[in-house]
Amino acid sequence: MRQTPLQILALLLLAAGLLAACGQQQATQPTSAPTAAQPTSAPTAAQPTSAPTAEEYVFGMVLVGPINDGGWNQAHFEGAKYVEEQVPGTRLIYIDKVNPADRPNVQVEQAIEELIDQGAKFVITNSAEFADGTAIAAEAHPEVYFLHASGDAVLRGVAPSNLTNLMGRMEYGKMIAGCAAALQSETGKLAYLGPLIDPETRRLVNSAYLGARYCWETYRGQPADSLAFKVTWIGFWFNIPGVTLDPTKVATDFINEGYDVIISGIDTTEGLVEANKASQAGKTVWAVPYDFRGACAQGEAVCLGVPFFNWGPRYAEIIADARAGNFTSQWEWIGPDWNDINNSATSMIGFERGPALTAEHAATLDEFIGKLADGSLNLFSGPLNYQDGSVFVAAGETADDETIWFTEQLLEGIEGQSAP
Amino acid sequence: MQSQELNLQPEPGRKQASGTWWATLRLPLLALGGALALTTLVLLSSGVSPLQAYRILIFGAFSTPVRFSDMIMLAAPLLLCATGLTLTFSAGLYNLGVEGQLALGAVAAMLPLRLFPELPPALLWSLCFACAAAGGALWALLAAWLRLSAGVSEIFAGLGLNFLASGLALYLVLGPWRRSGSASMSGTELLPRELWLPTLGALRLAPLAPLLALLALALVWWAVRQTRWGLQLRAVGLNRVAADRLGVPAQRRIAEAMAGCGALAGMAGAIQVLGVFHQLIPNISSGVGLLGLLVALLVRADPRWVLPVAVVFASFTVGSVQLPLALGVDSSIAGVLQGALVLFALLARGLSRRVTG
Repeated sequence: MRQTPLQILALLLLAAGLLAACGQQQATQPTSAPTAAQPTSAPTAAQPTSAPTAEEYVFGMVLVGPINDGGWNQAHFEGAKYVEEQVPGTRLIYIDKVNPADRPNVQVEQAIEELIDQGAKFVITNSAEFADGTAIAAEAHPEVYFLHASGDAVLRGVAPSNLTNLMGRMEYGKMIAGCAAALQSETGKLAYLGPLIDPETRRLVNSAYLGARYCWETYRGQPADSLAFKVTWIGFWFNIPGVTLDPTKVATDFINEGYDVIISGIDTTEGLVEANKASQAGKTVWAVPYDFRGACAQGEAVCLGVPFFNWGPRYAEIIADARAGNFTSQWEWIGPDWNDINNSATSMIGFERGPALTAEHAATLDEFIGKLADGSLNLFSGPLNYQDGSVFVAAGETADDETIWFTEQLLEGIEGQSAP
Repeated sequence: MQSQELNLQPEPGRKQASGTWWATLRLPLLALGGALALTTLVLLSSGVSPLQAYRILIFGAFSTPVRFSDMIMLAAPLLLCATGLTLTFSAGLYNLGVEGQLALGAVAAMLPLRLFPELPPALLWSLCFACAAAGGALWALLAAWLRLSAGVSEIFAGLGLNFLASGLALYLVLGPWRRSGSASMSGTELLPRELWLPTLGALRLAPLAPLLALLALALVWWAVRQTRWGLQLRAVGLNRVAADRLGVPAQRRIAEAMAGCGALAGMAGAIQVLGVFHQLIPNISSGVGLLGLLVALLVRADPRWVLPVAVVFASFTVGSVQLPLALGVDSSIAGVLQGALVLFALLARGLSRRVTG
């Protein structure tokens, strides 16, 4: 008599397990991302047990999200593949989706141990969340080199000597994104789909706002206070059902409230996808995705362009140096190659224009980029105030790197939470 | 004779059939065979060599000291949960709220850490475990109270309270307990190193955790099998109405079993905070409570089997971490194998009951 509920329970649990297994496998199948075809099985399953040969240099990567997310993680994965192409004898192994929702029992230290166990001599970790775990693993493995992307342990003086930091000056990319949004917007209401709140995400929102405000005033001839700029934070880098706000829902709310450009700050492409759906339903709305050069592919018709990271070139140099025994622990914050911000061999960040940006606006945007490039325009010039009225940059001054890096609040004029 | 009937393995017809090794091993072997067959099918359908996958799943956790210590650190909270569930299963309760009890224990363990961080670590840890046990027990008693006074099944009460507990953890992580200057669901500030449970060298193994779990198991084993209290508990589990008529304080025993399970789950939560994650994260249980339910289902509340099965399940989970890297197959195959084992064990028991009885 007691068997029946037991069996139902077990069946339910099993079904859940099976669904999870199948669901996750589907998630890693590239449905819409053409460049990352067969990545899950190809690099690892091809030589599953092959021990590293003498001249082979294995490097590992721990990613917070899936390698085909059309955003942050895909950009890193492409960067790592670039290293494999450019530095002969290197081989990539990786573990993706290292986060408490996808792998509840795996911490970043454990993932790193697995990579080192498979022969990795160099390990890249790609999320701000991995700062503590990367430092712990680096201390435990002084013979292995570590790169924590987007981190600042070296800047803060708390990094072991086998750990280095690398980040791109996406502030420029976000200024360009904000400018494109302000140029194209009809309602003057711009929305920013924010991930979690930390200094990095705050300074990127501020950059987008500064770019938007400048172009709104300068090229549209409108007063700054007629521009609405709102940020909603979902709580993490991407959607985790039941834990974060649902970015799909947030994006739809933006559109329903009359915001006609969604600038994305999260790892994934919900902002673009929802704008595309709304556009097909007859609304006038655009989007600016983030991180990955090919992101516009998921909604060409509404895509104004995408500010993207190009990790490959600098990764290749750092890994080649480490292999040659010339590893240096430093905090690097690298800007675009201003001669050609979209040069995939030289520029750390870029802005790929989208099909939805009109030719006229594209020309204006080029003028704006030109001003950033020749240094005649520095948007981090005072007077700039934080949301609570305190001074961020005083009149007549410009912010230095550390002031920008450790941004404490959103700027005056932005609607949204600063979490000071 | 009486204790024989109160045993939780009253397989009708088992006595007549016993005597041969086949009779004893028939059910476990059937279950194992079925589970392996199903998992093999899943593996084959994703184009992976099942033998290699099984080698990693079964032996992977024992291949290096690092992995072995990770396995122990997963087995310890798992053992605590499964041990606690032994109590509730003995009393005929399906305590699905174990996840929430673990989460609330973790939240409660954070209280002394935040209030008195300057206390000597040993005292602080004791406080943490005491608070965690109290928090978990309280959460379980809430479910018990709903069941006893309002007639809400503890299954649904537990599930509801799970949501509430994880909501509370999430609120604390994003709200009052967030890292200074940021708001992220990734967790609270990391505890200072001196407050982490002491480990063996550079390994993540904190010996206190498995020690505590083994002590709890021994205590529950003794209480359920050797004491009059345990006898009454099992009587309630077999037939609450009859036990009540015979003078067993059934309501009291139910509440005690729930509170005991909650306390153990809460201590598992303290281990997650002090010894595993070293911070409070929204998903602090990381599914350990549900895995504990699987273990308890498989061993049918027989304390003799809780330890080996918990270790095997923890090994599967830790071993499976290597799967994507070594074979390009998703780690969740471990969950399929664990679930299939339980399902086929129950099926085999049900079938044999129908055939022999």
